[in-house]
Amino acid sequence: MPDPSRQEAEAPPLTLAGALTGMRLTLPLVPGVVVFGTAFGAAAAQKGFDVWLTLSLSAFVFAGASQMVALELWREVWSWPTLLYLMMVTATINGRMVLMGAAIAPHVKAMPRGIRLLNFYVLVDANWLVATRYHADGGRDLGVILGAGAMLWGLWVLATIPGFLAGALVTDPRAFGLDLVMPVFFAVMLVPLWKGLAPAIPWIVAGAVALLTSVLVDGYAFIIVGALAGAAAGALRDG
Amino acid sequence: MAEGALSGILAGFFAHPAADYLAVAMMALATYLCRASGILFMSRLRITPPIDRALRALPGSIVVSTILPVAAQAGPSAILGLVAAVATMALVRFELAGVAAGLTAVSLARLAGL
Repeated sequence: MPDPSRQEAEAPPLTLAGALTGMRLTLPLVPGVVVFGTAFGAAAAQKGFDVWLTLSLSAFVFAGASQMVALELWREVWSWPTLLYLMMVTATINGRMVLMGAAIAPHVKAMPRGIRLLNFYVLVDANWLVATRYHADGGRDLGVILGAGAMLWGLWVLATIPGFLAGALVTDPRAFGLDLVMPVFFAVMLVPLWKGLAPAIPWIVAGAVALLTSVLVDGYAFIIVGALAGAAAGALRDG
Repeated sequence: MAEGALSGILAGFFAHPAADYLAVAMMALATYLCRASGILFMSRLRITPPIDRALRALPGSIVVSTILPVAAQAGPSAILGLVAAVATMALVRFELAGVAAGLTAVSLARLAGL
């Protein structure tokens, strides 16, 4: 029986057993990740991407929603403005990761620097959620978030390949609704975020502002404008 | 004329497939900075209650802002698909079933000519 006061003073452990625990805790989220990764591969094939470019996006960016949106913004011929716009939209879609990183900071700041930088590379919604629950329950092993993240990265990159192969075979994606995989998946992800009507009022504001913006302004500015309007509505809400 | 030559080379590069990898690198950099900056942000930002509420409203707001305009543009088949996906997910709490139901609804709606 370890002395709790002494344990508190020690640096939190980072073990292989912790990494395996992280992987086990992430298993329920695996079908969603595989479906989304496969959907991205299929969508990229539909857009005429080759397999290496598709795999590079999954391996280096490793952020599904921004990869999907990037497919819409991709150019035959690039320019600095279109590249910077792609970067700005990517940062906006993945801006939630700033907040996830901030929320998990009290735990991961104890990691050795090199491992911490690696850990950020595989920080996504799924392992963030798993680690947040684990640490909230009193867990201290930093292997959990890292192991879960590493597994998710491998699954994500691997899932891209069968999706790419299947997507290249489908000649009429619209007939199967494949052009709408991204919005359908996002709608599904909204369900676990639902915590009753009152916390969802900012979402309604976000949706209305995004719709209006999409009518008035070309391009994907509606995501940024709508999301910020929703956050502002959240800030102004009582309690 | 050095400037002209440089912009000529750049124009050639931007049309080359290799420029796609520059785009990947820029996306990867933007995403990594988002992931790594939270810890710096945290040590500077005081989370007041309004900021906390804004942060908590952000994920759902991003999702809704992304899908609503796309659905509105794609028409009734997309709206049916989203409704089927959300309803299925709410009932069975299984992502795969939600996505499958959504895509099936879109396919059927389009088959019916919607």
